[in-house]
Amino acid sequence: MSAIDINIHSKTYPAIDQVGVHLAIKNLQLSIKSGEFVCLVGPSGSGKTTLLNIIAKLDKDYEGEITVGRYNAQSKIGCIFQNPRLLPWRTVRENIELVLDTSQSLAIVDELLEVMQLTDSQQVYPERLSLGMSRRVSIIRAFAIEPEVLLMDEPFVSLDAPTARQVRELLLKLWHDRPHTVLFVTHDLREAITLADRLIFLSARPMSVVSEIVVTIPRAERHNESVVEVFRQRLLNDYPEIKQLL
Amino acid sequence: MVLLVVWQALASYINSGLLPAPATVATVFWLELMTGQLPYHLGVTLLRLLVSFSIAMLLGCAIGIALGRNKKMDAFFDNWLVISLNVPALVTIILCYVWFGLIESAAILAVVVNKLPNVIVTIREGTRRLDQDLLEMASSFNFSKHKTLLHVIWPQLHPFVMGATRSGLALIWKIILVVELLGRSNGMGYQLHLFFQLFDVASILAYTIAFVAVIQLIEVMILKPLDKKSLRWRR
Repeated sequence: MSAIDINIHSKTYPAIDQVGVHLAIKNLQLSIKSGEFVCLVGPSGSGKTTLLNIIAKLDKDYEGEITVGRYNAQSKIGCIFQNPRLLPWRTVRENIELVLDTSQSLAIVDELLEVMQLTDSQQVYPERLSLGMSRRVSIIRAFAIEPEVLLMDEPFVSLDAPTARQVRELLLKLWHDRPHTVLFVTHDLREAITLADRLIFLSARPMSVVSEIVVTIPRAERHNESVVEVFRQRLLNDYPEIKQLL
Repeated sequence: MVLLVVWQALASYINSGLLPAPATVATVFWLELMTGQLPYHLGVTLLRLLVSFSIAMLLGCAIGIALGRNKKMDAFFDNWLVISLNVPALVTIILCYVWFGLIESAAILAVVVNKLPNVIVTIREGTRRLDQDLLEMASSFNFSKHKTLLHVIWPQLHPFVMGATRSGLALIWKIILVVELLGRSNGMGYQLHLFFQLFDVASILAYTIAFVAVIQLIEVMILKPLDKKSLRWRR
C-alpha cells in the first residue's frame, strides 16, 4: 500500500520581472510505500522544497493530484524544515506540547526527549540551544504528533560532521522505534545512502525523476563509512546520469 | 534633586507668583489632596483615559492586523489612514462636540479618533513583519486560528503593542486635557483651565506633579513588568 502518491503535471512560478512564468516541476510521478524511508536527491534550487511544501499542503497552487495516507485530507503530516522554526518565546517542552492534539498524552514528549537526549534542556528557550539541539527539538516535534508521513527538508545541513552523524543516528533510532513513512530531501549522497531504503534522483528545473535506486546495504552495516563509500562509487559508475545532479 | 535645587534657586531669584518655590507648590499639593479636589479630578481623567485607551487599542489591534494581512484592504484604506493621522486633534475634538454635543461619549470618541490611527499604523507594521516561516510551521501542524494568533502572531506583535501603548498613553494624556478643557466640567484639563484664568501657577505645578507621578506609577507598576515577562526568553 502506498503512503504517498504524487502526480504533478506542472508547478509554475511567476517570473521575477512579472513577464512569463518559471516552470518549477514538470510531469513528476512518485509513489512512496507505507513505512518506507525515501531520500530525494537533486541539485539545490531544483524545487525540492517546493515539492515538500506541496505535499505538506502549504502550497496549493499547482496542477496535479497528491494523495497522502489513508485519510488524505485528515492525514497527519510531520514537517521538519531546513531551519528548526521553533517558537523562540516558548521553551523546548512548550514548543513540543503545543503541536499535540488535546487527546494525546504528554508521556510521548518525555519519551522522545529521552531518546533525543534533551531531557535536561526541556525548560530552555530555543535561543540558548545550539543548532544541533534545535534540530533535534524540531525532529521531536514532528514525531510527537505521530504522523503518517514525515517530511524532512535537509534537516542536517550546516551541522558539523560529528553533530550531523549523531543527530542522524538518533533519527534512525527514533524511526526504528516508530516506523513512519519518511520523505527526506538532501543533496548529500552519502547521507542519503546511510538513511534511505530508496533513492530518487531529481533533475534541475523543471524538476522530474531521473532515476530510482534501491539501497541494498543492510541497515546494520550502514554505520560503516567505507561500505557506504563503496556503494556510492558503484552508483556513480553504474548511473553516469546522476553525476551531474550532485 | 538637582532639578529641585535649581528650581528653588530660580524661584528665590525671580521672587514672583509666576514661579512659586517648591515648598509653596508642596503646600498647595497637600491642600488639594486633603480637600479631595485633586484626587477627584485626577480620577475622572484617569477613568476617561482608561476607557478611551482600551477602545483605541482593541480596535486598533484588530484593524491593524486585518490591514497587515490583507493587501487589498490595506491599499484601499492606506490614504484614509494617512489623512486621519494628520488631521489636527483640535479639529476632531471640536467636530465631535459640535456633532454630538458636549457629552461624555463625545469626549471619549474624540480621544479614540485621535489615537486610533497611530495604533493601526504601528500594529500594521508589526503584522507585515510577521515571520512567514513560523506561520508556515503553524499551518503545517494544523494550528487552529486561535492557537496561531495566541502562540505565533501575538508574541511577535508584542513589542509593537508595547510601543503603541507607550506612545499612545503619552498622546492620550495630551489630548484628553484639551478635550476636558473645551467641553467638560471636571477632570485635569478643566482644572488647569481654571487655574490658568486665575494665573495660579502653584496649583498648575501641583497638578502637573500629580500627573507625572501617575505616569511613572503606570510605567513601573504595569508596563515594565509586562516587558520583563514577555522578554524573558531573550538571551
